[in-house]
Amino acid sequence: MTERRRMLLQGNEAVVEGALAAGMRFFAGYPITPSTEIAERCALRLPQVGGRFIQMEDELAGIAAVIGASVVGVKAMTATSGPGFSLMQENIGYAALAEIPCVIVDVQRAGPSTGLPTSPSQGDYMQARWGTHGDHPVIVISPSSVQEAYIETIRSFNLSERLRVPVILLMDEIIGHLYEGIELPDADEVEILDRLTKDDPRQAELPYDIVPGELAPRMTPFGQGVFYNITGLIHDDRGFPTSSPEIADRQCRRIMKKIDLNSGQIGRYEELYMEDAGVCVVSFGGAARSAQAAVEAAHRDGYRVGFFRPVTVWPFPEEAFYEICGRVSDVIVAELNYGQMKLEAERIAAGRCRVRHIGKVDGTILGPEEIYKEIQEAAG
Amino acid sequence: MAGRLIDKYMRGMYLPHKWCAGCGNGIILRDVIQAVDNLGLEKRDTIIVSGIGCSSRAVGYLDFDTIHTTHGRAIAFATGIKMARPDMKVIVLTGDGDAAAIGGNHLIHAARRNIDITVVVFNNNIYGMTGGQFSPTTPAGAYASTAPYGSIDPDFDIPALAKAAGATYTARGTAYHVLQTTKLIEAAILHEGFSVVECVSICPTYYGRRNRKGGAVEMMKWQRDNAVPVEQARKIPPAELEGKIVYGGLWRCERPEYTRQYEAIINSALPE
Ligand SMILES: Cc1ncc(C[n+]2csc(CCOP(=O)(O)OP(=O)(O)O)c2C)c(N)n1
Repeated sequence: MTERRRMLLQGNEAVVEGALAAGMRFFAGYPITPSTEIAERCALRLPQVGGRFIQMEDELAGIAAVIGASVVGVKAMTATSGPGFSLMQENIGYAALAEIPCVIVDVQRAGPSTGLPTSPSQGDYMQARWGTHGDHPVIVISPSSVQEAYIETIRSFNLSERLRVPVILLMDEIIGHLYEGIELPDADEVEILDRLTKDDPRQAELPYDIVPGELAPRMTPFGQGVFYNITGLIHDDRGFPTSSPEIADRQCRRIMKKIDLNSGQIGRYEELYMEDAGVCVVSFGGAARSAQAAVEAAHRDGYRVGFFRPVTVWPFPEEAFYEICGRVSDVIVAELNYGQMKLEAERIAAGRCRVRHIGKVDGTILGPEEIYKEIQEAAG
Repeated sequence: MAGRLIDKYMRGMYLPHKWCAGCGNGIILRDVIQAVDNLGLEKRDTIIVSGIGCSSRAVGYLDFDTIHTTHGRAIAFATGIKMARPDMKVIVLTGDGDAAAIGGNHLIHAARRNIDITVVVFNNNIYGMTGGQFSPTTPAGAYASTAPYGSIDPDFDIPALAKAAGATYTARGTAYHVLQTTKLIEAAILHEGFSVVECVSICPTYYGRRNRKGGAVEMMKWQRDNAVPVEQARKIPPAELEGKIVYGGLWRCERPEYTRQYEAIINSALPE
């Protein structure tokens, strides 16, 4: 069955198709530009596959309903943009601590506050990592094309289900609203991972006990007759609240380590012309399209410039980028914000190369020529 | 009898509970369990959801699938659970602040949808967990730690609010009226649609002390002497009911239930 192999889709629509392919069967959300097409397509598509859509009264409710559906074993997603993403933060932390798989799509728009409602921005980069209070694990993935939006949505579900962490698909207005032709891979070409469940009922009664050698506890959905408690309070292996410093310490470190010890598997990035580059342009999401065009043009013109594009933006692909910083003179971070990924680049560069920055906060996109000019300066 | 209920429905290893001496929540929790037992609900078909607050801590003691969520969001979590598993009974245990202040929006919208969830509000007229600030059900004129001169905020009538928003079953019970309250919770669980049972609790520690209502015994006696069955209240002029608790089944009607309507959508959207 290959009749639907190629489709012309908008980035937002590709997210929905990817989510359905990944097994998403529940969506709850509240409309906000530039993410609304995701809710609209879910409303249309979910019942066609026996899934369910609900438009909630606000984003607080959207993420709450998503976590609720996940608790009974249904893969669930919500989508929003800046103002709504801010409202979701408390329950993103809940999902991180209670270890409930869920995917949150943030199609960024220019902020702060109501900001520039339909204009592109990447101003939520730091919020995606640290938006909710307290130390918490989270994975953030930022696609740069419609094709990648499809594939990375599937990967977001896989990571969320296997590691029991909220995964944030950090889209932006550029990719969300971009139409491109994409290839839909056949079902047997894509890996779909489901959460691991506990077969042994005695073990299931300890919902946060870990099978030796695994990073995240296996999860028995509610409704199986196991009977356990889920809470956003620090809890013991039974899921019951405790204020024991030892258990609190163990729990906090364990959930952070799910990411730390697994960053190789989670990390994904793309490199171009980096073998002999003296200058490296770093960019992600929609901005990376202009950055790549600038790098390609400069490379054609004889500049020794390469390109590094994190797809997983949190955790930042640190090892690969660390190595790059040791062999280039300059790194140029090009992003649609005041300098957020730049901070992460500076941290990893640790003074070993110069970190330049082009950031835009006026609601327009970065043009390749602006980045080209910076490449010339760095190379000159 | 009580021993049997504990064994059947409670997580014995976490007892005794954390509520203050004299708190009415334990009685209301027992009413909930008794109602579940009277109806013969299967534990595996029942999910119990709570928010944050003293009352919301109830779920930890219950040997069901239980989820203690975030402040105000219990009904929104419950909505996702019910949508994803419409075959399950979903019961929300919540406080007056949890349900009607921070969670008020979810309460009215779940009522509007008429989704089949039963909400039991433990109304102690105060924010217990945080130490006695006024809540949306603290009567105007009453004292609280954030109303040291007396509250000027009028209070909500939660069942009336729920009814106005579209709930298809509403009732009010009290900590004192155990048998009646149990029956009301049973009726709410049996009702297909959004049902709200406000259970007037007592909080001698914060509300009672600040408002010179005496200890637990005096507060319970006050409930006994000032609660009016709804059938009787309907014959009394409203002015005479000022400051009284009108209890009983307050409202019931039939309206299409939300998840059933969604099933119809699925059936029409599924490819032949
Ligand atoms: C977002 C948020 N705001 C505030 C709090 C602090 N808080 C915890 S419980 C509570 C009030 C609870 O009152 P109520 O719902 O009436 O329950 P009670 O404790 O009286 O049973 C507050 C304000 C919180 N946990 N989360």
